Amino acid sequence: MEEIKLSAHNLNLFFGKKQILKNVNIDFIKNQVTSLIGPSGCGKSTLLRTFNRMHDLSPEAKIEGTLKLENLNIYDKKNSVTEIRKRIGMVFQKPNPLPKSIYENLSYALKIHNFPKNEIPQLIEKALKESYLWDEVKDEFKKPAVKLSGGQQQRLCIARTVVLRPEVILMDEPCSALDPISTRKIEDLILILKKDYTIVIVTHNMQQAQRISDKVAFMYLGELIEFNTSENIFKQPQKDLTKNYVNGHFG
Amino acid sequence: MSIKKREHTDWLLKKIFKATGLITIALLAGIFLMLLYNSIAFFADVKPLDFFTGSQWDPESNKSKYGIAPLLVSTGLVTLGAMLIAIPLGIFTAAYLSEFAHPKVKTILKPLIEMLAAIPSVAIGFLGIVLVGPGIAKIFGIANGLNAFNGSVLLAVMALPTIITISEDAINAVPLSHREASLALGANKWQTIFKVTLPAALPGLIAAVMLGLGRALGETMTVLMATGNAAVMPKGFLDAVRTITATIAIEMGEVPYRTTHYFALFAIAVILFIITLIINLLGEYFANRLRKFHA
Repeated sequence: MEEIKLSAHNLNLFFGKKQILKNVNIDFIKNQVTSLIGPSGCGKSTLLRTFNRMHDLSPEAKIEGTLKLENLNIYDKKNSVTEIRKRIGMVFQKPNPLPKSIYENLSYALKIHNFPKNEIPQLIEKALKESYLWDEVKDEFKKPAVKLSGGQQQRLCIARTVVLRPEVILMDEPCSALDPISTRKIEDLILILKKDYTIVIVTHNMQQAQRISDKVAFMYLGELIEFNTSENIFKQPQKDLTKNYVNGHFG
Repeated sequence: MSIKKREHTDWLLKKIFKATGLITIALLAGIFLMLLYNSIAFFADVKPLDFFTGSQWDPESNKSKYGIAPLLVSTGLVTLGAMLIAIPLGIFTAAYLSEFAHPKVKTILKPLIEMLAAIPSVAIGFLGIVLVGPGIAKIFGIANGLNAFNGSVLLAVMALPTIITISEDAINAVPLSHREASLALGANKWQTIFKVTLPAALPGLIAAVMLGLGRALGETMTVLMATGNAAVMPKGFLDAVRTITATIAIEMGEVPYRTTHYFALFAIAVILFIITLIINLLGEYFANRLRKFHA
């Protein structure tokens, strides 16, 4: 039985007068990896950022439609945005560790959500182990996070998200700034994390989408063109647009 | 133009820039050496121990006393007060401008704040005499409002444009990705500002405070007009004080050339110079220690 974790219904998004997302309907299934693919500017990242309300930062963004985390209406004013962002974590395109030490990058997230002080060290250790970063950083917690390599920084950002035990993790092209080896490590990590989390990932890399996703959504010019299992999208796309894109004829 | 000619121009420009750089350094060194040379003449007359520990500055009487302590304490008191007012006010204003203010408000407010810096110090001193001083006298129920507190308020106003402008630049320069990282973890706007944005801007904020501090320490005309100019050891913010700068300005015009008193003014100038130098070096040191946390 597939359980819907995160959904968007009749979603329209405008930046000023320009419509970026056009009537998007999509359901993300619990404990699956869903990839959002499509050419640059098609609205993948914009769609991703609607779920944790990152568009709240831009006053000109206007959102219509219903977005839900299970039964919780994400844009209902009654619901606290900080609580939603705790349940829906995000990993960004460029690794963005805070200008603090490795340890503080993780403890920051726990402290703002008032986790008991005595539990923090164990939670951090667990998150770093889950992100396969523990062995690389366990002796240098006090080192500035920016001194880590790009791949390590991105795994730290994943650990920082995981440490809060979210239900959904949104990833916005998390490997685009990384070399192939670091990319491989993150992909392996995503496949392990999906046992506990629902993952939505934006990617430009077709091979990556094939390697890691259960479902793939193809978007074009703000519309959701095709949404199906990874197998179907890549082997038997229903629409010509999808076929041309996944075969590399445009994009 | 032939290559040879272009290379020649290149060489010439290099020399010119080198020369201008060296001239600046030479000027600075010259000023310091001149101060030092004259103060050595002072220490030939007065024991350094008396200079630093003496609690009286009284060069005019028969038994001239050259104790720098009251002047030093005065300068410290006025500057400390100014910083206590200007640092929180300046940084919070900068944070408001950068994080909260509507773009329209910002376009009006920023030039207005920068204009504060253009007010001549003599006008600010005048305001201190006719407005702030009497106000202070009324509020605290004292006879005369020309005291350290008055000076602090005025110096705070003078240091504010520097602190606000540079702090605002520093806060603006914090990458959006830091704020996004914090917000995406579920931090609210306040937590993000106080725990991420301001700490990330700290090297710049320290620079802003150091420049503001330098402005307050070196300011002469305003404190000369507004602090009462009593060269005695102050007991608190409501006592009249006389700063090092004011002392030099008042006495330099009257003092006979190349007397102990004349040299004494150079000596206190050297002390001021050293204090400013130490503060700048400390600021630089702390800012550098923090910078290693940045990419």
